[in-house]
Amino acid sequence: MSSNLRVEARTWKFGDHINTDLILPGPVMLLPFDEQPKYAFQASRPGWVNLVRSGDILIGGHNFGTGSGRPAARSLKVLGISCIVAESINGLFFRNCINYGLYPLECPGIANMVTEGDIIAVDYDTFEVRNVSTGDALPGKRFPDMLLDILRAEGIYPLMESRDMLEPPNPETA
Amino acid sequence: MAMTMVEKILARGAGLKSVAPGDIVTVEVATAVVIDQNFMHNRMREPKRVWDPDKIVIMLDHIAPADSPMRAAMHKAARRFADKHGIRKFHDVGSDLGICHQLVADHGYALPGTVLACVDSHTCSAGAFNCAARGLGHPEMSYICATGQTWFPVGETVRYELRGALSPLLNAKDIILQIANQWGNHATLNVEFAGDGARGMSMDARRTLATMCAEISTEFAVFEADEICELHVRERNPGVEFEAQFADPHARYLDVRTIDLDTIEPLVAYPDTVVENAHPVSDATSVGIDQAFIGSCANGTLDDFEMAAKVVRGHKVAKGTRFILTPGSQSILLEAIRRGYVATLMEAGAVVTNSTCGACCGYSNGVLGPGETCITASTRNFKGRMGSPEAEIYLASPATVAASAITGTITDPRELV
Repeated sequence: MSSNLRVEARTWKFGDHINTDLILPGPVMLLPFDEQPKYAFQASRPGWVNLVRSGDILIGGHNFGTGSGRPAARSLKVLGISCIVAESINGLFFRNCINYGLYPLECPGIANMVTEGDIIAVDYDTFEVRNVSTGDALPGKRFPDMLLDILRAEGIYPLMESRDMLEPPNPETA
Repeated sequence: MAMTMVEKILARGAGLKSVAPGDIVTVEVATAVVIDQNFMHNRMREPKRVWDPDKIVIMLDHIAPADSPMRAAMHKAARRFADKHGIRKFHDVGSDLGICHQLVADHGYALPGTVLACVDSHTCSAGAFNCAARGLGHPEMSYICATGQTWFPVGETVRYELRGALSPLLNAKDIILQIANQWGNHATLNVEFAGDGARGMSMDARRTLATMCAEISTEFAVFEADEICELHVRERNPGVEFEAQFADPHARYLDVRTIDLDTIEPLVAYPDTVVENAHPVSDATSVGIDQAFIGSCANGTLDDFEMAAKVVRGHKVAKGTRFILTPGSQSILLEAIRRGYVATLMEAGAVVTNSTCGACCGYSNGVLGPGETCITASTRNFKGRMGSPEAEIYLASPATVAASAITGTITDPRELV
């Protein structure tokens, strides 16, 4: 079993109640699956997708990811976001993060502790978040091994594939 | 240990004596609802074997009939999936087409006291039938179809005691806007509805309220199963056995809140969210509208068609305003035709479409352009939800929407009827 994520990276900061439709707008879902992630935050923060680098961390406010069951977490994962640390994360979005292999962490107080661009360190052994730029630290909310197992497998599909539970993707609906 | 309604349903699903806030539990799923969206871009990967074909229901709903080759391929994949895995409960384009949450109600697929799963965020709709039901995303549905199991965090519960009854022309939509204004978001929380006010609501009204709980980010939203609910389920499932779950007398709640339904006034949520964003309709009367929409899993019911017909009877839709209604299912449409509601609406100048998610999610049948303003009795008014991100979406009850369609500006229905 591979170990839990420990990442140190720069941050992008978003506000409260960031919804799925901002991350993956309805009309964008008509485009080929591979093209959809580049429209993340097109309405609220145009051009952001071109600035993101692999490993970057996204900081959110309260109820991050509220909205629909659409694969918005996948978009952020494909863009290279390593983890999302937010004051709180919407329940459906949290589950999609786990299932798409995008590390989520609820961390009350994070919005005040981080200014966009700060480097922060997130450790999924201790669930601690440390602001490398300022030296401040906060505890995140732990979640059980059952969910970490899915994240360590890079999501539920790789996990199911490793157990020979899935058919190959249907080319007609790729 | 005394438990709330949701805690008892989850404990039962998990085969545990009790569960408590803070636990994460693995539960058996009683009903898995699979929809057309699951097949788009293989978002829900196909399991080699499904756990129980009789517990899986498939519905084409978000865009049906197909509008493009891509969507046609998605529907074809759904049909192939049903055939291959022996899933007989398949709602194709035809007489039992409809929006998945409406069909769950129409066909009695939600059994009280059980867990129901679907990708879609408005799955909490089945809470009207005393189900622990919520949206789970595409990958989770793949896992559920394969194993029949899923996991839930157990949250704290808020109990709403509803008293009295709404005034005529008001709708459960007005109740949720009042809750969203007064108490804001309910993220991580379960809500349960009880009291004489809840028992006095039709199943349609209960479903509107339960469905809208997605907009205040609840985990689960459940009603008690009373005689009305049990009769509804038994009529559609002769001989079925189920155990409705009631809260224990000394269950621990985060809060117990009382709402006097008689005091609620017509409300309208301003664009982009329903949370802490609703105003009395009388404050919004200067807002002109290009489109009025009634539909979706929240307000595509027969109750809603009846109300819309009542409001527009003898009036004409305002010049320059489009009034579009989309029923929650084809059987609702047929009944609305039989009862004359559709004729009344069409004579007033409304367009009545086939059942599909349609304009609610900006897919079809009333997508908004840049700079347009819409008042909608549907689920959600996020920026860009119904089409252009430069459109403005106000959200209100069917009566308020219908009245606004007649005047061309946001209007209190009590002024018209």
